[in-house]
Amino acid sequence: MAEFLSQYTWTWLAYTLAALVHIFLLLNLVAVGALLFIWLERKVSGRIQDRLGPTRVGGKFGWLQTLADGIKLLTKEDLMPEGADEFLFKLAPYVSFCASLSAFMAIPFAGGEYPFVALHLNMAVFFILAVLGLEVFGVILAGYSSASKWSLFGAMREAAQVVSYEVPLGMCAVVPVLLAGSMDLVYIGDRQAGDLRNWYIFHDPFTFITFWVYFTCATASVNRAPFDLAEAESELVAGFHTEYSGLRWSFFFMAEYGSMLAVSLLASILFLGGWHGPLPIGSWLGLTFENGFWWGFAGNVMGTLNILLKGVVGVTVMMWVRWTLPRLRIDQVITTCLKYCVPIAAVGFLGATLWQYWLPHKQFFGLMQVPRASYEVSELRPPANEVADDNRVAAVTTNGVPLGSRHLPME
Amino acid sequence: MESIYWPSFFFLLFAGVACAFAVAVVLSANIVRMAFYLVMSLAATAGLFFLAGADFVAAMQILIYVGGTLVLLVFGVMLTSQERFVSMKTAQGEMLVAGLVGACLFALLVWAAVSVPEWRGLSRAEVEAIPIEPTSAPLGLGLLGPRVDGLDRSGYLLIFEIISVHLLVVLIGAAYLARAKRKSISIAD
Repeated sequence: MAEFLSQYTWTWLAYTLAALVHIFLLLNLVAVGALLFIWLERKVSGRIQDRLGPTRVGGKFGWLQTLADGIKLLTKEDLMPEGADEFLFKLAPYVSFCASLSAFMAIPFAGGEYPFVALHLNMAVFFILAVLGLEVFGVILAGYSSASKWSLFGAMREAAQVVSYEVPLGMCAVVPVLLAGSMDLVYIGDRQAGDLRNWYIFHDPFTFITFWVYFTCATASVNRAPFDLAEAESELVAGFHTEYSGLRWSFFFMAEYGSMLAVSLLASILFLGGWHGPLPIGSWLGLTFENGFWWGFAGNVMGTLNILLKGVVGVTVMMWVRWTLPRLRIDQVITTCLKYCVPIAAVGFLGATLWQYWLPHKQFFGLMQVPRASYEVSELRPPANEVADDNRVAAVTTNGVPLGSRHLPME
Repeated sequence: MESIYWPSFFFLLFAGVACAFAVAVVLSANIVRMAFYLVMSLAATAGLFFLAGADFVAAMQILIYVGGTLVLLVFGVMLTSQERFVSMKTAQGEMLVAGLVGACLFALLVWAAVSVPEWRGLSRAEVEAIPIEPTSAPLGLGLLGPRVDGLDRSGYLLIFEIISVHLLVVLIGAAYLARAKRKSISIAD
């Protein structure tokens, strides 16, 4: 977008404008998403507990309830405990929120020739996992600076939990990276184009298992019940945000719902086909860039709706789990991670590697052959300028991808 | 505004932030604030890596250094916090010695950086001629296969494997040391 704008105006202004547009859209996604998800959480919890949830504010379904709550929070007094470390106490919610928001910078919402992504990184998976891990920093700062033992307990639990769950989470996220041969999320998403049988969750039995381990670890790493020990209302009053009130308190919740959406979107790109629907309706209708820019743009908008729908479904499943299962104890949380998630993720990783080695270019549990065209000609990474292949030197394209690993069939 | 060379501007911005927070780490007396300043300083360094086009190293910087500081912070709080907000004052003499050592190291590094002719840097035209390339695939290949920058050179597979096995041994050792030992104390003791 910056390149497009710089044809018409100064380069610095073009880049500033492009950055502002991107950040405006992402901020809105996170903030409006949080509004929607808090309402959804109330409705889902209500239905699960055989209640109605909010019904009054804003008509039939109470859909303005969160907005009313937001206005209430704005008018609340901004309290701070007397012994608190003022600087860190005031800063902590913003640290959490910034970490949650920065993850969205690298998440693509549609792929193809013109991907909808604020920052097209070629190691986006890695960047997102790194940045999402920083959200816990705000929680620890909040817990420490509140000068309250409940807050400190919550923060320490959170630290132990997040540090341990990052290990299986990373192992699970590596599996689709391995299958696609790239850490670029746009590329990973586009490798799953076509219908539901191309999705990586159905690639082989190991990826199917890995997906569920990923989802468990993602739930734990964003601190949702049954892993919400940092809050644990029944033990720690409210955990790390005991001493917070008003808008600062709501920033923690915006960060939490933002990260929930981020890990769900990441799950849908890595395993559930990303912006490609279960049926290739977009290409049936001819919504591709070959038919002109606006057709392709419409296809991308449809892809964006698709991935957002998958993300919302993921968040809804997290809510469903929250209101169904009881909270675990801290030792059970760590046991789940180290004795179950890590070994299962390791087996899934090894199994997916061996499966890919023995049954290359197969999909849908190894039952279907990948059409030759889709792995020989890759639109995003053309194998350009082959280097002479003798026995000493492996053939490598200019962008560093070895020939013969992905572009040529293994024979 | 057109005359400003933006990469230099962002370099100075990130470098300035990194240096300012590094000084703040030294001058602060509260351990959690120190950790926070350290995180900011390391994050600004990650920004410098991003600016240099080394995005893989930048993400690595965030994951390992910034994430590692987190663990440091947790242990700092757990091991030092006898009373709340413990403040660690350094004596004047320590400040003097540390300043002297720091100044010597700084002078040595500056002298080394300026004296090597290959490190003088390129002209602006030369810099703009360098194409932007993805870094993760060449890095991965360099560690596990041939090097992309010089195809007749071999990669770092052996070193990579030695380090991996070494880390595995360390992990197993840590698990062995930390495991719950069976109580073998008899009643007579």
